[in-house]
Amino acid sequence: MIAKTPPPFTIEPERYELTAPASYVFQSGRREFFKFLGAGLFIAAASSKAEAFQESGAARRNPEDSLPQEISAWLHIGEDGIVTVFTGKVEVGQNIRTSLTQAVAEELKTPVDSIRLVMGDTQLVPFDMGTFGSRTTPIMNLQLRRVSSAARDVLLALAAKQWNVDPARLRAEDGKIADPHTKRSLSYAQLVKGQQIAQVLPAEDPLIPPREWTVAGQPLPKIDGRDFVTGAHRYPSDQKLPEMFYGKVVRPRAFNATLVSADTSEAEKLPGVIVVRDCNFLGVAAPTSAVADKAASLVRAEWKAEPQPSNKELFEYLKQNQLPRGERNDNSRFESGNVDSALASATRQFQQTYNVQYIAHAPLEPRAALAQWSDDRLTVWTGTQRPFGVRSELATAFHLSEEKVHVLMPDTGSGYGGKHSGECAVEAARLARAAGRPVELVWTREEEFTWAYFRPAGVIDIRSAVSDDGKITAWEFHNYNSGAAGMRTYYEIPNQRIEFHPVNSPLRQGSYRALAATANHFAREVHMDEMANSLKMDPLEFRLNNLKEERLRAVFAEGAKKFAWAATKPANHGFGVGGGYEKLGYVATFVEVAVNRGSGDIKIVRIFTAFDCGAIVNPDGLRNQVIGANIMGIGGALFEAIEFENGRVLNNMFSKYRVPRFSDIPSLDAYLIDRKDQPPVGAGEASIVGVAPAISNAIFDATGIRLRSLPMAPLLVPHGLRIS
Amino acid sequence: MDETPLQINGRQYQVSADKEIPLLTVLRELLDLTGSKYACGEGQCGACTVLIDGKARRSCMVPVWAAAGKQITTIEGLAKGEHLHPVQQAFLEEGAMQCAFCTSGMIMSAVSLLNATRNPSEAEILTAMQGNICRCGTHPRILAAIRKASTRLHGAQP
Repeated sequence: MIAKTPPPFTIEPERYELTAPASYVFQSGRREFFKFLGAGLFIAAASSKAEAFQESGAARRNPEDSLPQEISAWLHIGEDGIVTVFTGKVEVGQNIRTSLTQAVAEELKTPVDSIRLVMGDTQLVPFDMGTFGSRTTPIMNLQLRRVSSAARDVLLALAAKQWNVDPARLRAEDGKIADPHTKRSLSYAQLVKGQQIAQVLPAEDPLIPPREWTVAGQPLPKIDGRDFVTGAHRYPSDQKLPEMFYGKVVRPRAFNATLVSADTSEAEKLPGVIVVRDCNFLGVAAPTSAVADKAASLVRAEWKAEPQPSNKELFEYLKQNQLPRGERNDNSRFESGNVDSALASATRQFQQTYNVQYIAHAPLEPRAALAQWSDDRLTVWTGTQRPFGVRSELATAFHLSEEKVHVLMPDTGSGYGGKHSGECAVEAARLARAAGRPVELVWTREEEFTWAYFRPAGVIDIRSAVSDDGKITAWEFHNYNSGAAGMRTYYEIPNQRIEFHPVNSPLRQGSYRALAATANHFAREVHMDEMANSLKMDPLEFRLNNLKEERLRAVFAEGAKKFAWAATKPANHGFGVGGGYEKLGYVATFVEVAVNRGSGDIKIVRIFTAFDCGAIVNPDGLRNQVIGANIMGIGGALFEAIEFENGRVLNNMFSKYRVPRFSDIPSLDAYLIDRKDQPPVGAGEASIVGVAPAISNAIFDATGIRLRSLPMAPLLVPHGLRIS
Repeated sequence: MDETPLQINGRQYQVSADKEIPLLTVLRELLDLTGSKYACGEGQCGACTVLIDGKARRSCMVPVWAAAGKQITTIEGLAKGEHLHPVQQAFLEEGAMQCAFCTSGMIMSAVSLLNATRNPSEAEILTAMQGNICRCGTHPRILAAIRKASTRLHGAQP
């Protein structure tokens, strides 16, 4: 019995992922496409429903045919040989512009530098619900490989027809179709010259297996890397238009405040200033950001807000403010065996509570948007993980149909799940409409820390029982607020009850890198350690003793070897392990800490990750994501917590909110298992989940102090210890 | 409105702006030099780092009057034509960026360090880079890039 995990391509939904509405209806016919792109070859991947009704074969299709209504990805090869690929996924630093380019280059057998990706432009790309949930690699990578493979087949057929030979004897290589027998070749540019071929890809088309990859599977530096080291790349906050104004929102002093009155007369005396008051929105636009700031400071506004809780009483609040049962969606609840009788009859029982504070994504680029109206059409350049979601938000806010709204997403200064929503875009558009000209709005760091949304805080209660031979017999797990994803245990336990309890959250909460799975893995993997310790069993051996899933066993066991888990530790050093299964990836994280008994300093010496995300598309980019997730995980594990009181965030600046810096970085390494027999899956999220429990378990190993709450650093202070 | 003469990337500019506004705002808004980034406005993240007379400065904290008459270098002025500065080249080669929003500030801080210190020690590199935040967690590669550039600029490490 190893099939505990879901089958490939069903990714566990995140309760707090902000999802978009139904399918996009593609209205353009093929004529419009060629008018826009020029002649050449056009290949579309229909989404599965539409696909069933399509036939393949360019020749049989009437040029007047419209395209399928639902398209998930498409590609065009122009008369200049340039391949343009259109996808709704967006680049926020996870390096998918590069890894998707590799996928296209591999299947199409064309050089990487002949490929251009158009990403997240709602007028050009097919609908996509958003870039989150580690979906890009398992889904979009596969789609683009399929359209590229179909394009290659059309090019082979074109050359075969031209030479009157069997296409089976021809080869696609380096942007050309070659005939090895005659040594002739034709470039893709030559083959598509003067053509207008449109094709929907066939339902079944074999792809190049990962074992035969030559471009995918290899390291490839970041596409356009030079633009980033020279400062040439224009992020959303760098966008400009002639005559544009700068916006500034006047914010209330507390969440959920209502605007009672506003005196804007002093602000309006400044030259060029436009003031907008619309329901609860209050903002200004001005010819320079300095004037906009000044004008905003001159607005005298009175707001009304109710008293609100503080993070000092957060965990009691979460337990006491559950949503009534009738308002819950309980499909994440899981029960097997009889947990109550198993607990009652057990000799070795455990009961513990684990807590997680709210944390902020703190993407280095704050939210930014440039909005421009042209009559009743709206164009917005903004940094978002959901361009189509932001388009919907804008359409709703301004009572427009969605086709009148165009959202563009320049490659953005990170997101980590924190840029799903479009409030900055809506604000910029509101100001632009009043100003009658384009308006750029860049949130300040304080705004980003306050008016975005947070990774949910949570309380997790676990009761468990274990037999004397180290088999877990009962497992009861209750998560209050932080989310259901990653809540199920992958250990073999006959009697289980697992339940998520939604709460009326005191703060606005949403997605985050691996979201709920971080809290759920933290609680579960620390609790595993507590059971192992009570049995005086090695924590790794205890895990393997209760685990059948082979890929997960492999990351634990192989990772332990590479980390040298069994080696003798130096005095005052501790080892800890934590791991699991998340977003289709298998991860085990190993941590070594060192304690200085004299000074009380605890240092994380090294973090080692063993990771299996199927066949690896770009080992260099993957390593960057895995190490990056480890470092981001250090922040949430040790330092980060949103301090709030009565509707205000108290630590809304980098000087008050500690994120990992250079001095916090331990030695980091990863063992990346390249499973060429498995489809590639995402990697940006899973590798964060083991970090916090492995650190907690390593600190216990070194000090005997059990840390059950995130962030952990404040918990060390009463023990005379600190993270150095 | 005050008139401030600025020398940026070897070019002379005459800027009309309130002399108290941050140099960063002048660079980005008036001169369209957007390679220096706004990310905190309190000198805590380093994304706005430029060189003033060869030394790393947080341009969000420097009022424009204080930069008058000094040699200012921004990320846009670091390469010599097509030829990247060795630090830029090392960042590219090491893949020392993910979203890359911190990259220009990281590079400017590193250039300042290597201007001042031949073959900096590990501790000197950490101290020089401590004020630059990377949220993607690319720190180990940034350190590797700085070591590589140091070796190229000043010969082998001792």
